[in-house]
Amino acid sequence: MTAPLLEIAGLTKAYPGVVANDTVSFAIRPGEVHALLGENGAGKSTLVKMIYGLVRPDAGSMTLEGAPFTPAEPRAARAAGVAMVFQHFSLFEALNVAENVALGMEDPPRPRDLAQQIREVSETYGLPLDPDRLVGDLSAGERQRVEIIRCLLQDPKLLIMDEPTSVLTPQEVEILFHTLRKLSAEGTAILYISHKLEEIRALCDAATILRLGKVVAECTPREVSAAHMAELMVGKSLAAPARAATPPGAVLLKVTGLSLEPATPFGTPLRHIGMELRAGEILGIGGVAGNGQDELLAALSGEARTTPGTIALEGAQIGALGPNERRRLGLLCAPEERLGHAAAPDMSLTENALLTARLRQGLDRHGFLNWNGAQAYAEQVIAKFDVRTPGAHVAARALSGGNLQKFVIGREIMQAPRVLVVNQPTWGVDASAAADIRQALLDLAQNGAAVICISQDLDELLEISDRFCALNEGRLSAPRPARGLSMEEIGLMLGGAHDMHEADGEVPHVPA
Amino acid sequence: MMGIDPVTLIVALIGASTPILLAAIGELVVEKSGVLNLGVEGMMIVGAVSGFIIAINTGSPWLGFAAGAVGGAGLSLIFALLTQYLLSNQVATGLALTLFGLGLSSLMGEAYTGINPPLTPDLFPQALRDIPVAGPILFGHDLVIYLSILLVAGVWYALHHTRMGLILRAVGESHDAAHALGYKVIRIRICAILFGGACAGLGGAYLSLVRVPSWTEGMTAGAGWIALAIVVFASWKPWRALIGAYLFGGIAALQLRLQAAEINIPVMFLDMSPYLVTIIVLVIISSDRGRAALNAPAALGKVFHASG
Repeated sequence: MTAPLLEIAGLTKAYPGVVANDTVSFAIRPGEVHALLGENGAGKSTLVKMIYGLVRPDAGSMTLEGAPFTPAEPRAARAAGVAMVFQHFSLFEALNVAENVALGMEDPPRPRDLAQQIREVSETYGLPLDPDRLVGDLSAGERQRVEIIRCLLQDPKLLIMDEPTSVLTPQEVEILFHTLRKLSAEGTAILYISHKLEEIRALCDAATILRLGKVVAECTPREVSAAHMAELMVGKSLAAPARAATPPGAVLLKVTGLSLEPATPFGTPLRHIGMELRAGEILGIGGVAGNGQDELLAALSGEARTTPGTIALEGAQIGALGPNERRRLGLLCAPEERLGHAAAPDMSLTENALLTARLRQGLDRHGFLNWNGAQAYAEQVIAKFDVRTPGAHVAARALSGGNLQKFVIGREIMQAPRVLVVNQPTWGVDASAAADIRQALLDLAQNGAAVICISQDLDELLEISDRFCALNEGRLSAPRPARGLSMEEIGLMLGGAHDMHEADGEVPHVPA
Repeated sequence: MMGIDPVTLIVALIGASTPILLAAIGELVVEKSGVLNLGVEGMMIVGAVSGFIIAINTGSPWLGFAAGAVGGAGLSLIFALLTQYLLSNQVATGLALTLFGLGLSSLMGEAYTGINPPLTPDLFPQALRDIPVAGPILFGHDLVIYLSILLVAGVWYALHHTRMGLILRAVGESHDAAHALGYKVIRIRICAILFGGACAGLGGAYLSLVRVPSWTEGMTAGAGWIALAIVVFASWKPWRALIGAYLFGGIAALQLRLQAAEINIPVMFLDMSPYLVTIIVLVIISSDRGRAALNAPAALGKVFHASG
């Protein structure tokens, strides 16, 4: 037993109305890969923010290498040897790789030397990266490499990784794990936050499980089952979504030769997308973020008009129609960004219900709004989808991510769509709410509607979809039956490891 | 174009452009840090009146210029406190700052109308200025004009070759990411706002002490708005701001000469021309949203609230 590198004792942090961390204690030894497990809101992020000096604890102490550790700001934490790779990348799109790395360092060398160091570190750890490229042009996996290299250049003793694999293909995950094991063998301790239990079993030496701000268990991930860890996290056992197999019906939605230029400079163009969607089926579209998911949803919802003749709903051409006309015909969408895209943050749930359900639920007459009807509809959605909120008058912004997601998905499902398109339906949603949403999508398909589920969560897609396609750099692969598809095959469909194969310094990736 | 001497036109153009250039380069730094301060006009005119008052009372134009910069920075401090600490809306606060500055300056300058300020000397000796063509163009100016060009060079160098500039651009690109890395977003932005205010104030003082030279109410007459437009026209690049300012100054100078040469165009059209060109250039630039968006600071005008 070596002495612990970082020891945390009785750490407590309270925010108005919620105790984010309640006397949390654990220890990490040098070279150990330590998992921090818990649902959303369990307090993982607050805990690592305290270690990284972004948040000051109310009570408790930290000890780093035997000395008291009270970082007042990230700079102090970095100086003490703590580095962090953020969940939502802390990168600057309009700056290049070297500039991004320099911003995360205390005392960066001259630009030319830094570029050389970046090349050296990226080759040593198998993470090829060109220092001169704009970060806005990089894939999600490559962006993460920028963050990791930024940390590695400072020789950290402790590396904190906050949900690093949620945006990676399976092959990219493998390469990341390879890098992490190498670091761990060199003596760097890694604090690894995730809720992907199989990954934790493959990678981590120890795990601390948090629930509602408290440490509820510690375990050795290799020795326990994923299901057991899930129960510890949630506090109850979860039912897997279920449905009876139904034969697919008539073709509801047909897309042929859909191409679209992106609306923003860092967007992805869609290229010759074709698909057929039948009644009663769920088509899963997988892919790493930034490969055209947002653009595809915009093209299907009508936010971006396409050439007439590329999209047909039940035989009628709808390519030139706007979102409202498409809603009227039965094509509904739930975009990925809950606040600001799927829902107007400062408007009440009633108003938000009205915004998309007005046409199909008849909530207006001659331009006057039927507030009673709208409120009744919002309350129905709240009741049926178990949205936890004081009432329909509450602003969308006030709901937690999972509850708002249940509301925006429920709002569309209750309008009885013929075709429903959802993007990332369970992103950032806790496990039990995610199970509810998946079940609702399955029920919708069972009742004869067709569902397109765009997601980066491959387990989710395999669980609910009938057929699976991959979206890669704006191109959609041919669909394959989802049953029996292995992670390996999916990874290859997703475009493999995005040039992560070899560390020979060559960067063949073509910006989209 | 008989009656228009290109050499005197160029000399006049450089002088006419300098107040706009100073205000624009200051605003460029402010916007690069992610803050949109629409109060340039107000800061300019407060700079104009403070510079004028100090110059009259001390007899030194240089103290006047310094007071102009301090006056502009002082007014921008109000904007900085309101938008950075009290999180008020930047557009509304900036507009209010312009109106406040116009009012405050007339109050301050009431006793100073119709007086001539002390003369600002030229920098180089007469012998150099007498060289034909190159003499007046290269050496025929006062210190502030050379300073304005040095300022453009300095801002360009700082933005692209120093760590300070990198941090400033990073803050303007994504304040959340910069905060996560531990940079003091609010402190950096306040410094940028003060720099912008000082530049605008200096530009205003140049108007009242050299260009006009006297104090009249509302004498900036929209120069601050042109400076704002030039920042966009320049797509946030310092050297392009210089070109833009000289272009607009050139149109203004040419316009006066065309009138003097009795070219048969109604005077109103010539008066309109700099503003018309501003609008046309802005429309052309913003229609190409891809390229303009690449250079625009992504966090421009967004309120930063540090959480957690």
